[in-house]
Amino acid sequence: MATLDLRRVSASSPPAPGVREAAVVAKLIDTTTCIGCKACEVACQAWNDLPPETTVQAGTYQTLPGLAPNFWNLIRFTEHEDDQGGLHWLMRKDQCMHCAEPGCLVACPAPGAIVQYANGIVDFQQDRCIGCGYCMTGCPFNVPTFNPRTGRVYKCTLCSDRTAVGLEPACVKACPTGCLQFGAKASLLEVATARVARLEADGFAQAAVYDPPGVGGTGVVTVLAYGDRPELYGLPRDPRIPLAVTLWKGPLKWIGNAAILAGLLGAAVHFVRYGRKAVHGADAAPAGEARDGR
Amino acid sequence: MQPTRRQFLEAAILGGAATSVLGFDLAEAQAQVPELKIARTTETRSTCPYCSVSCGVIIHTLGGGSRNVKASVVHVEGDADHPINQGTLCPKGITLAHTIVNDRRLKRVMYRAPGASAWEERSWDFAIDRIARLMKDTRDRTLRRTDGRGRTINALTSVGVIGGCTDANEVNYLLVKAFRAGLGVIPIEQQARI
Repeated sequence: MATLDLRRVSASSPPAPGVREAAVVAKLIDTTTCIGCKACEVACQAWNDLPPETTVQAGTYQTLPGLAPNFWNLIRFTEHEDDQGGLHWLMRKDQCMHCAEPGCLVACPAPGAIVQYANGIVDFQQDRCIGCGYCMTGCPFNVPTFNPRTGRVYKCTLCSDRTAVGLEPACVKACPTGCLQFGAKASLLEVATARVARLEADGFAQAAVYDPPGVGGTGVVTVLAYGDRPELYGLPRDPRIPLAVTLWKGPLKWIGNAAILAGLLGAAVHFVRYGRKAVHGADAAPAGEARDGR
Repeated sequence: MQPTRRQFLEAAILGGAATSVLGFDLAEAQAQVPELKIARTTETRSTCPYCSVSCGVIIHTLGGGSRNVKASVVHVEGDADHPINQGTLCPKGITLAHTIVNDRRLKRVMYRAPGASAWEERSWDFAIDRIARLMKDTRDRTLRRTDGRGRTINALTSVGVIGGCTDANEVNYLLVKAFRAGLGVIPIEQQARI
């Protein structure tokens, strides 16, 4: 059984420190060379043995309106008309972004249900998932989805079973145009930067690498031709962990803990100062007499 | 030392309290990932049968090939060592496992007679005899032995032959030899793209 070193575990103290330095892996999506063939979608379904999802026709080539518990990899199709009236058909592979600072993991109250491996992959452990859905509210990309039948939440694993033994994710292996690449994040960022330079030379002055710092960078690095407008691709401009989650898991948690301690302390002080609660009136009669009088 | 029952309980409570207050680190250092489902499968190299690109695939079958194992396909993915696709596959090719293991897969000869509405199961002998009979009749009826200027051409344009993309050079050689040199068939599409 393959194992991976841990970096973070949901609702738990930090994992035991290790000395091995695992390379942070990443997936590169070059949206400018995606042809929308959906080989990645099918490869994901086939590798993960996911049962087929009934497709929904919503006026585009998109398979489904959004990700589903048994559909973790979706090509989003957008038609964009530029200022000169030219039509651009934008395609972006949507899946878990594997954030360096994952909102789902921060929000998760179930110990060990969401883990972040040392190689950067954020993975759900369904055997520990309690199905509360807090990860869905914690995710700035709206990725995890709830399955009512199993009562658990699912998403892309970046093929943690394949990457653990040195294979590439199934989607990356299948991609016929090479728009998906897999490797160490540092080297993929170089590839992405070079690709952006090429796009700028080709007239896409706004081309950019999407690796949002608001979530510490993502394990899925996306090259966008319209880097100034990630919304066109269905990506948030500046994704962050929702404030409610940050407050709840940060200051409010400690304020709450302090309030519990203060309550206990107050009770103790009250007991020392005033003693037991005095009983007055009819209730003050000895228990034995009350029973006799009934 | 022979502790009394009271001493044993006291020691147990004290020890438990000390452990929980002072603590010892049970934090996990590693997590298990699912077993690689193709770790011990039998790999068979093959060719995707769909289009003429002829991508190389690896078919993963369950079981180590021992006598009591009925091999069944569990996964198909691209062959990284194949020069054409180098491991990649299209969305159709990557569904091959579901094509091989499929309740609706056709495994017997089915025949629908002209004008009939239902398919019926027939034998391979019937199918081969029937195809041979129709080809012979058609060829006898429509073979052009000479062109407009009286030169011998022996051309049969009313029959077409379609090969498969999984056919290797040798099969394609036999295909052309049998049908063009043998029967004079002109429309041959053997899916060789080189």
